[in-house]
Amino acid sequence: MADPLLSIDDLTVQFRTDRGWSTAVEKVSFDIADGESIGLVGESGSGKSVTALSILRLHARAVTRFPSGSIRYAGRDLLGANERDLRAIRGRDIAMVFQDPMSSLNPVLTICDQICEPLRLHQGLSSSDARRRAIELLDLVRISDAARRVDEYPHRLSGGMRQRVMIAMAIACRPRLLIADEPTTALDVTIQAQILELLRDLRAELGMAVLLISHDLGVIAEFAERVVVMYAGRIVEDAPVEVLFRTPRHPYTEGLMASAPPLEGGGERLYGIPGRIPDPDEVIAGCRFGPRCAYVEAICRAAPPELVSVDGAHRVRCAPRTRVSQN
Amino acid sequence: MSAAALVEVRNVDMAFDVGRHKGKPARLQVLRDLSLDIAPSETLGLVGESGSGKSTAARVVVGLHEPTAGTVKLFGRLITGPERNLNLATVRSRTQFVFQDPQAALNPRMRVGDSVAEPIDVAGSHTRSDRNARVQELLTMVGLPRDAADRFPHEFSGGQRQRVVIARALALEPAFIVCDEPVSALDVSMQAQIVNLLMDLQARFGIGYLFIAHDLAVVRAIAHRVGVIYSGAIVEIARKDALYAEPAHPYTRALLDAVPRLDPARKRTKPIAGEVPSLFAPPPGCRFHARCPHVMPRCQIEEPALREVAPGRLAACHLYETT
Repeated sequence: MADPLLSIDDLTVQFRTDRGWSTAVEKVSFDIADGESIGLVGESGSGKSVTALSILRLHARAVTRFPSGSIRYAGRDLLGANERDLRAIRGRDIAMVFQDPMSSLNPVLTICDQICEPLRLHQGLSSSDARRRAIELLDLVRISDAARRVDEYPHRLSGGMRQRVMIAMAIACRPRLLIADEPTTALDVTIQAQILELLRDLRAELGMAVLLISHDLGVIAEFAERVVVMYAGRIVEDAPVEVLFRTPRHPYTEGLMASAPPLEGGGERLYGIPGRIPDPDEVIAGCRFGPRCAYVEAICRAAPPELVSVDGAHRVRCAPRTRVSQN
Repeated sequence: MSAAALVEVRNVDMAFDVGRHKGKPARLQVLRDLSLDIAPSETLGLVGESGSGKSTAARVVVGLHEPTAGTVKLFGRLITGPERNLNLATVRSRTQFVFQDPQAALNPRMRVGDSVAEPIDVAGSHTRSDRNARVQELLTMVGLPRDAADRFPHEFSGGQRQRVVIARALALEPAFIVCDEPVSALDVSMQAQIVNLLMDLQARFGIGYLFIAHDLAVVRAIAHRVGVIYSGAIVEIARKDALYAEPAHPYTRALLDAVPRLDPARKRTKPIAGEVPSLFAPPPGCRFHARCPHVMPRCQIEEPALREVAPGRLAACHLYETT
């Protein structure tokens, strides 16, 4: 098998708090292949954004540490890279789109200024070449009347248009990996559908890998080829998308699916996973999902379960569900 | 509807003067000809995208805005216009509001028990021990632990904070509660708990809800009837089962199609193009025509009226007008 584009191995991320170092992400490992689309799904506090921000090292250095792990890109460990090397990678090889396009765009610069920045920085384009390229990029993200829009300020655009501009900036240097952190969460549902379609089209056109982060399993189902499910800082399940939605193995994944209110069929009451997500430093013996799990047994409380490969590309962190039958 | 209606909104227009737009004094027509009814123990879902006017509608219904035209009746009495015969103090003691963000709705420096007791304190006439007993009763009602009263909002999760807000809303035994996106800020595993709680409280106390959301799936779980609002006007209103099984208006259809499903093999329909039109420059004819897959020449000139397209079901679309 070819080397993966990006390889996250045993990543642990801790943040400094008043009470010492708090573990937000623990022993996360997964690879992203060239051109692959991966969905990273989980609720608030699952560690999905912390994992993604670690790839570009966007956490404040003074309060973040990585007690274990590596993130390998193009033969280099990004966790050990210096700021200069990281700057060369950010926006050129790996780019990112965030949830809220208004706070990610500079309100006092025109769209042109902002799209041209990576082009001039990474590709050394002259300002007229960069401007021409910015207009092409706006066309590429399906903004009509690009030659006029390029000189507007962000406040003149709708939320959907701003997110298109963010995507144009992110793909300006033809990155090999695009990280999209809840790119449609702040948008209306019809605009969300448009942006997801745009991301699918761009991935096909540009051949880039996409890591899509979302709390919404539906969004993940519509976009990703492979899904990584996180809970309380750990991966609990990782599988190809059809496998995950057809035969989820982890009780948390099942619970998430059952919690999505249905548009067809369904009973009178909604299902919700009982209890709540634990705080990062809450001491829980064994499986961190145990206190909320309907299938919990003694083995779950005895030790934290390992992430076990159950069927080639399908990994599950659940002791009872991955037990090898003794017959 | 009969005299028993909790809420009767008739032909309400709501416009705001918003200073100047492109050099001219601007007036935004946010709601147009809005009519709706809500009965006791009934939930009317109101679904729309940002800027559709759904939150403005909610505020008009409980008398937070005086509409520019039309009337609002609560409990059979007018709360708008010169013939108003229900004063706002009464409205406020019998209607309540639950907002999207419980963090913002609770004073971070007030103990949860004091927040819940605030409506009781304002209404007066309670002894200290009655008040505290009532707070305990309310907290139990929404499924919070007994010691919650002495704690501060930051000690609770988002879902629990929304329970606190609901407990406070219940304090004066309201007949009608407006829920404006009450679960949008919550994780999916928490949403169900809050929606189920609201349904239980309705079954127990016969409260009527106006439940506002952008999420069609959540509305389907709680509402009896659903109205879909687009660019300030209701484009379809029907019983829930009919609306979801067979949406009449092309916009309702598009909204339903756009909801992502948990099925990677689902055949995706092409999303509708375009965006909600600006209220500063609304298009002529049907407000949806530029995005509509069934657009006809007539749609670009004449705005369709909301009319009955099947028993109990209204839609504003020229497709349903026999020529």
